[in-house]
Amino acid sequence: MRYAMVIDTKKCVGCSDCVVACQTENNVPIGYCRDWITERVEGVYPNIELELRSERCNHCENAPCVRCCPTGASHIIDGGIVLVTDNECIGCGACIESCPYDARFQHPEGYVDKCTFCHHRLEKGELPACVSVCPTKCMYFGDLENPNSEVSQLLRNRKHKTLAPEAGTKPHVYYLI
Amino acid sequence: MSTSRRKFIKISALGLGGVATAASTFNSLGVNSYLEDFALENALKKLNQTATYCEVCFWKCAAWVHSDDQGAIHKIIGNDIDPHCNGRLCPRGTGGVGMFTDTDRLKTPLIRKMVNGETTFVEASWDEALNLIASKMKGIKDTHGAESMALLKHGSPGKHFEHLFKAYGSDSIAEPAYAQCRGPRETGFGLTFGSWVGSPEPTDIRDTKCLVLIGSHIGENMHNTQVQEMSDAIDNDATIITVDPRLSTAASKSQHWLAIKPATDIALLLAWMHVLIDENLYDKAYVDKYATGFNELKEHVKDYTPEWAYGITTIKPEAIRKTARVMAAAAPSTIIHPGRHVTWYGDDTQRARAIAILNGLLGSWGRRGGFYFKEKTSISKYPHPPYPKPKWGWEQIGENYPFAEMGITNELIRASIPSEENKFPIKGWVVAGTNLNNSIPNKKLLEEAIDSLEFMVVVDTMPMEITGYADVVLPECTYLERYDDIRSATNREPSIALRMPAVQPKYDSKPAWWMAKQLGERLGLHDYFKYEDYKEVISWQLEQLGTSLEELEKIGVKKFKRKSGSMYLSEDQNYEFSTDSGKIEFYSQQLAVLGFDPIPKYTKHPEPAAGFYRLNYGRSPMHTFSRTVNNPNLNDLKSENDLWVNPKVAKILDLKKGQYVWLENQDGVQSSFPIRVRVTERIRWDSVYMVHGFGHNNKKLGRAHGKGASDTELISQVTIDPLMGGTGMRGNFVKILTENPTKTVAV
Repeated sequence: MRYAMVIDTKKCVGCSDCVVACQTENNVPIGYCRDWITERVEGVYPNIELELRSERCNHCENAPCVRCCPTGASHIIDGGIVLVTDNECIGCGACIESCPYDARFQHPEGYVDKCTFCHHRLEKGELPACVSVCPTKCMYFGDLENPNSEVSQLLRNRKHKTLAPEAGTKPHVYYLI
Repeated sequence: MSTSRRKFIKISALGLGGVATAASTFNSLGVNSYLEDFALENALKKLNQTATYCEVCFWKCAAWVHSDDQGAIHKIIGNDIDPHCNGRLCPRGTGGVGMFTDTDRLKTPLIRKMVNGETTFVEASWDEALNLIASKMKGIKDTHGAESMALLKHGSPGKHFEHLFKAYGSDSIAEPAYAQCRGPRETGFGLTFGSWVGSPEPTDIRDTKCLVLIGSHIGENMHNTQVQEMSDAIDNDATIITVDPRLSTAASKSQHWLAIKPATDIALLLAWMHVLIDENLYDKAYVDKYATGFNELKEHVKDYTPEWAYGITTIKPEAIRKTARVMAAAAPSTIIHPGRHVTWYGDDTQRARAIAILNGLLGSWGRRGGFYFKEKTSISKYPHPPYPKPKWGWEQIGENYPFAEMGITNELIRASIPSEENKFPIKGWVVAGTNLNNSIPNKKLLEEAIDSLEFMVVVDTMPMEITGYADVVLPECTYLERYDDIRSATNREPSIALRMPAVQPKYDSKPAWWMAKQLGERLGLHDYFKYEDYKEVISWQLEQLGTSLEELEKIGVKKFKRKSGSMYLSEDQNYEFSTDSGKIEFYSQQLAVLGFDPIPKYTKHPEPAAGFYRLNYGRSPMHTFSRTVNNPNLNDLKSENDLWVNPKVAKILDLKKGQYVWLENQDGVQSSFPIRVRVTERIRWDSVYMVHGFGHNNKKLGRAHGKGASDTELISQVTIDPLMGGTGMRGNFVKILTENPTKTVAV
């Protein structure tokens, strides 16, 4: 099994519902976020392209944050989800530096925090909070190893990209373009 | 186990007991049972789920509030069966918990008093505050008549006070939602189709093949089902055409973005009609059967060629022709969207008429993928004696505007300023749930009116600017802490939704129904308030509908079958529209009789002088007007607005990204606070843009105070719509100042 998130930039309106849903679901303190919206504008008026996308930890297969963690707090579990065990984390920040997506932050209580793909919800058969609230339904989640899953089908049929592929991290958040 | 992890679990404790039985693709895939020990610890700590519908905006999405026994609200999740949200709230609904947790909330009644030579608010008991209001209302009734007491309102609290006012003998009632927002489109569509658009809009976006947005920025306004269905339309490969001087989010999703010169929309609409008729692309059968005035329309638009519109709108004739053909090819599954906030230039009802006529030509009203016939469930009135008939009210106050169908706030404000001509002297206001300072343009007039009042009460959950002017402030509890009326709105399928308290009211705040009842009793109006708890009213009303409070508490939303027939016209159906002629009126006799243009015309509007830029404003998806800026969750997403400036303009003025600037309008009005520059190609060089609702000047709004600029305070030029009294607000121009013009404003 290999969990992946697929986000359709053609539908995302950048409303940040994913951000606030993550905050209330995961008790992320005000002033911090595990996911966020990026806006990219290209061109000159009136020939402009705008891309809006929701970003978060890419749950990389080749995760630099896990490799550089001195305590083993950063680790990968079944399904390829990258997690941090907070009471094993010493807050050294090496993982924050190593992440090409800037997906990690220091929680006010000292440990490093980030997106968990809401694996506590997955255990209950629920989708990650961000996916479940999105009003545009631009976010999809599922198992890449299952060829019939929605995410597999979308990636087979639609043009897509990952962020910073040059970093060689093998990210698992995909953007339909 | 660290404390933070315990917090994490507390939030997600709900339903952990169901792990083993949940049938899903995920749990069978064997994720590490990493949280098992925490799950065990918290298995018994079940969160309560209480039904509500959201009050963070007017869409009123039904939701479940997840709270614990300690009175903390953990999260708010959309109700899956609700047609307003389909289980998915927008960021404001998800962040609605911040309305409850905001520690800047109004906490106790306040009475304006003189203390040591200074006017100040003094905390008061409810009895003291309510007795004072009742005695003032009685005094105004005895001296001037109940009509002289006016209600300015918005949303749920407004409804409870409306009942009180009508029982008391006044229907001098108005709300900014009409003359500052959607009034012109209701009148324009009413004159054409005999039906208001209403809310939620009966636009069949889900099934449309072509969606045309005229300045409407769905996706930045988060009118939930509109946003959801636009996304469905994208999935269905519908064509989106957006007319906007700014590359809005919706424009960026469009196949055709027409970057129109501001204030010229009617010229484009007329040219589109010209092409549809000239090239015989309109729905001839539909028009013959259902419309009247086609020949007059044909004659009228004969010379409004795309070439004529080109010089006005700056849109190339081939683009106008091409988009007209696209609309026609998709018709009748084409929607020329009526928009929502449409008080722009003062000829807004005529622009709405032009939009309606275009829909008529395309045959989209009453057609799948166009506009469906909406339906709602009617809720029985809880029995009370008939209301007394006032001698005058909102209709008389707005008598200069023959097509006004609701109270005109700006006329009511004008009637509050004593003068010899003023036949309708307003002496006192109750302002419920609306921050007039950030919704009513022309600040000078508003302040003059407030100065003239004998008495003013403000009901709100937050210390909005308007509270600072009140004699008495009543702290309302939030929607999460109270019962309110049953939601019944127009939709494809009629439905109702329940709002009940998830938690006890914080501080000394109270629901508006309770305030209205308390005042009613003090005014001798007991017979209008024959209940102890609003629950009794709702319970009775639900029984009339064949259901019960008990049932609604469990399901939150109940759907009913349609009774009015199909959502769409059937082939050869003889349908009578609710207009005078029974037909769709391309030519309006009603308008002609009163000397107005019976078919819309293009009028040239003022343009910015050298060095000035048109001030455009809009919405951000994470805020509603000015009311959410202090909400801790939503403020965290967007704490201030910025000024969109085209790079060419930035270069001329030597503006840098992120630099703070001040604004001064054509009348010398300056922004109270600086605003950050955002240099972007998404805006035309003749305009600047900001999100509405920022620039709060009440220091009691700890997060919002001094953050960003207020568009409303820079709107001193208002062009009134002669048909229905709407305030055209987009004829204001600003210059950009790089130095603080006053140097005295503490930021």
